This record gives sequence, C-alpha cells and structure tokens, in this order.
Amino acid sequence: MDITQATGCELSKRIVAGELETGNIYKAFYEKIQKNKELNAFVEAYVSPVAGSGTSPLKGVPIAIKDNICIQGKRITCASKILDKHISVYDATVITRLKNAGLNIIGTCNMDEFAFGSSTENSCYGVVKNPWDITRVPGGSSGGSAAAVAARLVPFALGSDTGGSIRQPASLCGVVGMKPTYGRVSRYGLIAFGSSLDQIGTFTTNMADCAHLLNILCGHDEHDSTSAHIETPDFTKSLDVMKEGITIGIPKEYFAAGLNADVKAAIDEVINFYKNKGARIVEISLPHTEYAVATYYIIGASEASSNLQRFDGVRYGTRVNGENLIDTYAKTRGDGFGPETKRRIFLGTYSLSSGYYDAYFVRALKVRRLIKEDFDKAFESVDVILTPTSPTAAFKIGEKCSDPLSMYLSDIYTISANLAGVPAVSIPCGFTKDNLPVGFQLIGKPFDEAAMINLGFNYQQATAFHKQMPKVNA
Amino acid sequence: MVKYVAKLARVALSQEEESTIAGQLHKILDYVNKLKEADVDAVEPMRATLIERDVLRKDEVKPSDLSEAILNNAPLREGNHFKVMKIIEAA
Repeated sequence: MDITQATGCELSKRIVAGELETGNIYKAFYEKIQKNKELNAFVEAYVSPVAGSGTSPLKGVPIAIKDNICIQGKRITCASKILDKHISVYDATVITRLKNAGLNIIGTCNMDEFAFGSSTENSCYGVVKNPWDITRVPGGSSGGSAAAVAARLVPFALGSDTGGSIRQPASLCGVVGMKPTYGRVSRYGLIAFGSSLDQIGTFTTNMADCAHLLNILCGHDEHDSTSAHIETPDFTKSLDVMKEGITIGIPKEYFAAGLNADVKAAIDEVINFYKNKGARIVEISLPHTEYAVATYYIIGASEASSNLQRFDGVRYGTRVNGENLIDTYAKTRGDGFGPETKRRIFLGTYSLSSGYYDAYFVRALKVRRLIKEDFDKAFESVDVILTPTSPTAAFKIGEKCSDPLSMYLSDIYTISANLAGVPAVSIPCGFTKDNLPVGFQLIGKPFDEAAMINLGFNYQQATAFHKQMPKVNA
Repeated sequence: MVKYVAKLARVALSQEEESTIAGQLHKILDYVNKLKEADVDAVEPMRATLIERDVLRKDEVKPSDLSEAILNNAPLREGNHFKVMKIIEAA
C-alpha cells in the first residue's frame, strides 16, 4: 500500500509496531509534495522536518501548517508581499504543542493573503488548485491546507477559521475541517485577522485523526487572554457507538434559495442517516441568519483594519520609501497589500471612522448578539445543529473574482458559528454530478466538540465518502 | 470617500485602484446596509464571544532574548534600533 494514503492514526500504529520508520514516512510525503507542485498547496516544504522531542499517539507523523502560524526560525508570509522574507521569532502555542507531541512539521501551506478570501485566489504566490478538478478553487482561506490533505500530500494540517476558512475549503476538497469553540485552542502566534472571530483548527481525512489532534492542541494558554480556563476532555473517547437520545436541529434558514440541488440531496441523505440511527430530527429557526454575512464583514473588516496597522514597513517585511514617514507608510502598504486586503482595510476603516462608527460597527456588534442568542435558544432544545457547509461545490477559478460580494456570500453557512463562538465541523458526505465533493456541517454547543466527533465518527463508520481520493501524482 | 478612507488607513492607491475600490465598496456598503432593518434598540453590543470581561496577567518581569531576531526582521536597522525617516522638521 502507498503509505501516503494511510491516516495519521494508521501511520503512528505502524511506527510503534516497527513496520515503518519515521524518516521513510517523511520522505514519502515530501516527495509527493514535490511531484504535485502544480496544486500550489505549499508555500514552503522543508527538506528535513521541524521536529519535536515529545511523544503522543501521533508521534512521528508529518503535519503541515497554514502560513499564518509562527514556527520559530522559519519564514512566515501570510501569502502577502508585505511580509516576504519575515522569519518567525517564536513558536505559536499550537506549534509548541505539536513539538511536545512529537509530530514532524513538513512545511507551510498557501492561503488567501492574511486569510481574506473564500477561494485561495488572493495569494501573492498564486492560486491553489482543487485536487478534484484543477480548473476549480479549493475554497479558502485555508485552501492550501485543504488541498494538501485531500491530495494526501500530508496526513493532516492546521488552518485558521475566521468566517469559515477551515470548513468551507474542507467541504470543497472533501476532507474533515474542524473549527473548535472560540477559546478552546490558543491563538498565540496566529497572525491576527479578526481577533474576536479567529480560531485555529484542523484538516484531517477522518474523525479519529481529528480527535487525536484536538487532544494535542486544546487547552488553556497564559499567552492568550481569550483562551478558556476549561478542562480538555479526551476526545478519542467520543470515537465510540453513537450516543442515544441525541436531538439534531435543522435550521430552515439554511435550506432557502441559493442552495444547489446536488448539495441539498447529499445533506438530505445525511439527515436520513441520523434519523435511522435513532436521532430525533427537529426543524428549528435561527431567525437572524440573514444578517450574518453583513455583520461578519463589518466586524471582521474592522478588526482586520486595526490588526493590520502594524504592517507599516518599520518592523517587518518590505518598505517603499516616500517623501516623509507618513508617505512611506502609505506607499509601503499600497505596494505590499493585495486587492482583497485593501478592500477589507477600507471597509473596516470606514466602519470605524468618526461619524460611521455607531451606524456600522456598533450596530453590527448588536446584531452579533442577536445571532448568538439565536444559537443559545436553539441549544435549549437540540444537542447539535446540522446544515450544508457551503451552498455549492467548488466553483471555477476566476468565477467570482470580479464580484467580491458574491465571493463573500459563499460563506453564508459558516459565518454564524464564528460570530457566536461555537464549534463547527465540516464532514464529507457525497459528490455532485460533476464529481465534486460535498460536505455537511455540524454546529455544536460551546465546548461540546465531543458530541460532533461522536456523530461524525459514526457517520464515517457507515459511509466511505471520506475514503475517496482525487487522482494526483503518486 | 475613498480618498478620505485611504488617508485614514495609510494606504496609497493608484488612480485605477481608486475607482475599482470605490465601485466595489459602494456595492458592499449597499449590502451591509441591510443591518439597518434589524431591531437593535434594546440590544447591548457584543464585544467578545464567550468571555465578556478583561483578563489581566500579573505584571512580572520575565527574561526575553528575542531582540536580535526581532531587529533582524526590520527592513532597516541601525544598532539596536529600527531606522525610520526623520519625523521632526527643522525649525
């Protein structure tokens, strides 16, 4: 068997059994990355791993990292010209945790610049291609991580999710993408986009790898004041028979106009599956869903415009000299940021500017509370919410580039979980007539990733969608 | 409007970028204006998700030896400083 097709858990078992050597595994994946450069999934692949000395059930398995998470001594770019040649000064907490668990970091994954995008077309290193159809996008912003795992260039990868940047590309590439509860995983060392929305999470091919990785990544961190003081359960205990008496809510707002028929058919099958497994299925309403995209783009852009003020050509990256210091800032930022980054900075700056602050930013914060209260109310009567992850399968490269608003609307089902801070996961559940992957989304109660893992694991025990692989160079 | 925001944001734009962004922002603002329909009169702004309070750490001095690595990332350094253009005009 081709070892690059094994799951992370299978690889670690075979290392422990003495059947495989860590070095050979690393070499196999490194060579596969080199043979599939056309996908453009990686910014950089390391000839020898960034290795930790610790141990865990995933010791010795390679992992890739989205290029907005700091790995000490390595380049970090956020796929932006303005950060080109920047070397991380310290390890993000998640990197320290991976090192302490003995994983081997194999490289950094391509992404939309500063994680602004839903297609990974906004990278200064070029478009990432969907391994299922290279004329299509992998989704975004963590498109490199999703494409890499789908093509089995690495068993799993880390990404970040501010409005769907893990779940939407996971859905479009046919892999599992988990965004844990806000505060579950430390953001220390993640280059900030929207600080009240950002969360680091995982790309895996299956729920067992996801559970093992979460065991490693989750936990309080004194370096992140928003990281929660809450115990991390052993998520692998959820890899077991389906809990009885589960109630699954189906929000009617997520099945309205705009949902592709093939996607809807696949989601209906998932609902039937859980019904047959004994879950109670109830229709629910999340009445403020229609405001989620607008709320998100104001809050996300406002926080981004503030977070990106630090890129001024003084301490980092490139500098373009102007007539004076202010002019140098403006020229550096005008030259270093790509078009989508500029749009977000402009929308955010406008929303926060004197005279518009109350009408845009503060109003969005108020609507955010209404959206969160929708979830609070729903979770009084259901254990988990089931929806499509994305209204369509992967779209064509270039299809939505000229219309930023239509691109923003492709995140319509994922954004609310970030606004409410709740955990959500996308799981492969079928293919369209064009053989493009479809994913369903489970949204859980705060800090109840375990319920989602249990449901996802049982679905994957009974189905084989997650085992299908795109044809790439072996 | 775009010129004013560009000044606030410290981002220089070409003529072409300016007109493209103006059109796109106009469309995006039209869309986000739908928030004006929402009834938020009695709603408090939500500034954080799950922990709506400030968390402070102890103010303790801890050793750090990162200054060399930090300075090495600068586009221009001089000794232990980031070098920038003169900002005080001569009298």
